[in-house]
Amino acid sequence: MERAGEIVITTGGPRGARRGARKWGEIVPKGVVTSVALSGIWLMAFIIFFLIKEGAPILKETSLTEIALGQLWYPVSNPPSYGMLPLIAGSAAVTLLSSIMAIPFGVVLALFISDVCPERAREFCKVSLEILGFLPSVVLGFIGMAVIAPHMQMKLELLSGLNMLNASFLLGILILPTIATLSEDSLYAVPQAMRDASYALGGTRCETMFKVVLKCASRGIAQAAILGVMRSVGETMVVLMAAGGAAIIPLAMSDPVRPLTSTIAAEMGETPVGSPHYHALFFMGCLLLFITIALNILVLRIESGGGEK
Amino acid sequence: MSIYLLRRAADRASTAALYGCMALSAAVLGLILAFLAYRGVGAISWEFISDHPRAGMTEGGIVTPIAGTVQLILVSMAFAFPVGVTTAVYFNEYSRGGALTKALRLAVRSLASVPSVVLGLFGLAFFCVFLRFGASLLSAGLTLGCLALPTLITASETALQNVPREFRDASYALGGTRWQTIYKVVLPSAFPGIITGGILCVGRVAGETAPIMFTGAVFFAPGFARSIFDSVMALPYHIYVLATAGTRIDKTEPLQYGTILVLLALVLGISMVGIVARARLRKRL
Repeated sequence: MERAGEIVITTGGPRGARRGARKWGEIVPKGVVTSVALSGIWLMAFIIFFLIKEGAPILKETSLTEIALGQLWYPVSNPPSYGMLPLIAGSAAVTLLSSIMAIPFGVVLALFISDVCPERAREFCKVSLEILGFLPSVVLGFIGMAVIAPHMQMKLELLSGLNMLNASFLLGILILPTIATLSEDSLYAVPQAMRDASYALGGTRCETMFKVVLKCASRGIAQAAILGVMRSVGETMVVLMAAGGAAIIPLAMSDPVRPLTSTIAAEMGETPVGSPHYHALFFMGCLLLFITIALNILVLRIESGGGEK
Repeated sequence: MSIYLLRRAADRASTAALYGCMALSAAVLGLILAFLAYRGVGAISWEFISDHPRAGMTEGGIVTPIAGTVQLILVSMAFAFPVGVTTAVYFNEYSRGGALTKALRLAVRSLASVPSVVLGLFGLAFFCVFLRFGASLLSAGLTLGCLALPTLITASETALQNVPREFRDASYALGGTRWQTIYKVVLPSAFPGIITGGILCVGRVAGETAPIMFTGAVFFAPGFARSIFDSVMALPYHIYVLATAGTRIDKTEPLQYGTILVLLALVLGISMVGIVARARLRKRL
């Protein structure tokens, strides 16, 4: 296919005069397309560079151990204290809890759509999952604030309904479509022969699904789960609105938390550009960026690890 | 015999449980949508859609944030759409799978996984401060464009891959060069698919809050943004502001639900158009 284009140019013959123009007509678009396409690389490089450039100066103000192990996040008091441990713990706790809720449920939904659902209802189920994924996170955060929080406060007799459980639940809803859709793709790709073999051995559908299909698709499901975790770590509006925003290390599910993302979103607006507080927030951005890049590399590893399906 | 019964019971139970899970998630989605529609519909009126916010945002309408969101979508797509389609053309038509292509793929994958709030930080440091665009429609739109770029690339690439090989061969056989083939045959055939991907992308961009919070969206603007260097109000940020920063939250409650309903109608409306268009395309293939 590639060759064909070149043959035309070399067989110009009597139209040789137009050969030069034609050649330019090929080289220029190719150059433009390639250089525009490269902007993706530039963009990613710029993101990493600017995050590090604005985040690194905080290390002049305080030490890495102070940031990583300090328990006090008081960036504007005098003297300021930049301990990020409670924020990191908040991010970890919310991510963990939401993943525990959403990953099994998402995989079960995917199993339903790929193996149990009647053919006619498949499209409906997939579209409704997709719509769930289209709900803006600010709307879910609002529901957490205005609907779930007051109920939770009354029913469970808590100090505040804005807490880790509320935010994790909503985060779970938010990452559910990602996990379910991607898992379904890999479950659906499991060859029918695998299922047939299991049925031929006398397996029930339940046994076939959980012992055969799920195992065959485990690689894809692991990827889906990691991508879900990745979204959960980086999600901002839900935790900003529903997690309570107290910079403490959570000990119970009813404790309010302040994950990294919500700290950035809540404080960046009032921070003067170039102040230590500004650099500290960029440092958190670096942390988040590196966590997601690491998870991304993990996904790629799983994807390329071994050719067998 | 009893083991057989047990296994059959387990099978039935698991089927029921799976149906239950799907019903539960569909019910949660339905409940959320129905609740928001029920609470919001009372606030919707022509005045609400067409009036500027008044009296410290406790009265009036939301035409300013609606216009702002539309402007943000336009700016972000003006950046992301050409770049995204061109990148997809590179991947599908020019790339020979060398180191450059691998690096570009890795970059696009990483870009897709950057948390939106981190993109917001990047937008602040790069567009607002380094390029001196300030907190403006341009900065916020470009930041949203960065968010949309990876999705657009993937969608356009799928559309390009779906163009049958025969189309290209026919063009080459008629003496078309590679660029002529791309420009006159491949792109027009892939165009519906690319546009569908673009629409779905717009639906996602319209609801994003975190990337625009510190790059150009503001609590309040007296009127529409008249140039790309003005700051804008945006629907998602307006919801956040009304819900958290209002001094009279009880008084603005109808406004909050009304704004949410308008945002949902916008986002889900655009997305549904994309989903329906995609379903039609798939049928045609």
